[in-house]
Amino acid sequence: MRTGEIVTAGLLGLFSLYLMWKSAELPVGYIAGQGPGGGFWPFWLSAVMLLACGMIALNWWRGTSPPSQSDEPLLDAYGWRTLALVGGGIVVFVGLINVVSMYGAIAVFLLYYMRFLGRHSWALTLPMALIVPLAFFFFFEGAMRITMPSGMSFTDPVFDVLYDIIY
Amino acid sequence: MEILALLGDGMLLALQPLNLSLILIGVTVGLFIGAMPGLGSVNGVAILLPITFLVPPGSAIIFLAAIYYGAMYGGAISSVTLGIPGASTAVATTFDGRPLAMQGKASLALVTAALASFIGGTVANVFFTLFAPALASVALSFGPPEIFALMLLAFATFVGLGGDDIPKTIVSICLGLVLASVGFDTISGEPRLILFEMQGFLQGIGFLVLAIGVYGIGEMLWTIEQSRGEVTTTTPRMTARGMVDDTKEAVRRGWKGTWIGSVLGFFVGVLPAAGATPGSLMSYGVAKMVSRTPEKFGKGNPDGVAAPEAANNSASTGSMLPMLTLGIPGSPTTAILLGGMVIWGLVPGPRLFVDETEFVWGLIGSFYISNLAAVIINLAFIPLFVWMLRMPFTILAPMIFVLSIAGGYAATRDMHDVWLMVIFGLGAFFLRRFDYPLAPAVLAIVLGPIAEPTLRQSLLLSSGDPSIFFTRPIAGPITVIALILIFLPAIQLLRRRRAARRRAA
Repeated sequence: MRTGEIVTAGLLGLFSLYLMWKSAELPVGYIAGQGPGGGFWPFWLSAVMLLACGMIALNWWRGTSPPSQSDEPLLDAYGWRTLALVGGGIVVFVGLINVVSMYGAIAVFLLYYMRFLGRHSWALTLPMALIVPLAFFFFFEGAMRITMPSGMSFTDPVFDVLYDIIY
Repeated sequence: MEILALLGDGMLLALQPLNLSLILIGVTVGLFIGAMPGLGSVNGVAILLPITFLVPPGSAIIFLAAIYYGAMYGGAISSVTLGIPGASTAVATTFDGRPLAMQGKASLALVTAALASFIGGTVANVFFTLFAPALASVALSFGPPEIFALMLLAFATFVGLGGDDIPKTIVSICLGLVLASVGFDTISGEPRLILFEMQGFLQGIGFLVLAIGVYGIGEMLWTIEQSRGEVTTTTPRMTARGMVDDTKEAVRRGWKGTWIGSVLGFFVGVLPAAGATPGSLMSYGVAKMVSRTPEKFGKGNPDGVAAPEAANNSASTGSMLPMLTLGIPGSPTTAILLGGMVIWGLVPGPRLFVDETEFVWGLIGSFYISNLAAVIINLAFIPLFVWMLRMPFTILAPMIFVLSIAGGYAATRDMHDVWLMVIFGLGAFFLRRFDYPLAPAVLAIVLGPIAEPTLRQSLLLSSGDPSIFFTRPIAGPITVIALILIFLPAIQLLRRRRAARRRAA
């Protein structure tokens, strides 16, 4: 935790420097007759953020904030494993959207989560993984007329059938 | 009298079939969301906001407000039966609700919570009806300096009263404000802060992307990591006869806490940044302080359930007051409602009471109806909610992730935003681990687009002289109060140090 605290503050500090540099592409001062320039607001806010990161670092050095006094690890083995399995699962889910369509990705994610993380039976997992994406399809495409990503061309036959139902 | 006529019209509007069914669905969904450990009104409203684009704005906000109400009632259910607060607003409810459940009086605790919530909501609705039009008419005379001063006050209350680590709160606020300025500079029209030269940033970062990232993904990861699947349920035995007896006992032993919570909760809720969580904790504290038997608190005292439950309902109505009249949200949930209103094409603030009378009074009318619906549905369905609470988190969690991702995509139809949402979610998880408060960032991304132009217009008015924020009769005091709140923690720290040094000497 103690190392994590200063690393986080450092990363946020670097990010605020980047934001300051990026804001300075537009004028950051006062332009007579026009008021403050376009970069004024984000530039000075990023500067305040940098200053606040400095204060966090100072509190870390003096050991006054709770995370800077804690010897606990940032996450224990269980925590890292959960984060990798759940967080990683979400990343793969989003990555799959452009491959197997939004609905396909939902089905894969539900299968993965319920069967492999939740250890639910196939009898529960399979119907859920089928019904939920279908329900989403009829809600978004049918009721709200919002087209979700349909993935690569190999999904077309399935979508042709589904679109025939709603149109 | 005029107010009563407007309120009557508003109630009729809220009772229209579409609105009434949205209220009933919203309250039920809210009760369930509030009852799930780790999920509160803010998660529910953030995750479900994208699907409200299906109905007209007036009905959409009624639906979201009903979820808000339901969640405030629902929070108590898991606080009592699982011993885990359903939301941070129901933390104080566990203090006495859990001991009551352990003594086999879960049903008494739940009935007390429901009745106290109802009275808290009703008292707050009456206050709201009386104060809102008056406050709105005062606010009509506000110009850019006054509005900016109010924004400053909203952020100052987070720093001064938030109770979190101050530099971390400041980082959170600044990060939200800077993220809100990504896209185009509204005054010069030039592209601004196109991070890493990615074209996706040209359309800016929607508040929904941050809100769903933080509340739909980050908080869920946090809950999964923290709960580790260990939850024990106490099942209340509820019969019609028992409930009548419980009602009598709840009234007898919980009336004092109910009144304290109802009144105090409203005023704490009105303060920006305070909201229902501090409101309920403060009410618990005051109820204990004025009680003749303070030693019974924490061991199963109905007053200890009634005070925080009345307060969190009252505060949630209170926090809508500055949102509707001044355009500054009083809580993270109202920040999301405010963002929703902007998307629906409504401009929150005093003009709303003049330009959108029907919308405003329809919403206020819906508060009364939602409150009534919530208490009835809550009491009738407690056994069902308790049963549903046993639904494994390994089914609920993936459903919420799926809803967050699909809903987030539906709102902007851009995969760039979906990836950003995942990044914000993972970032929020780690920041939360290091005690960075995230509600200020969500509030900031909503208020940023209002705060920046008003600051620039004010400075243009005064030719760059910042004294404009101090010399105007309304902006002046607000700015001074905001500055005091910002520097309050620093002053307190210096005083404490001096006292410590004196003691050492």
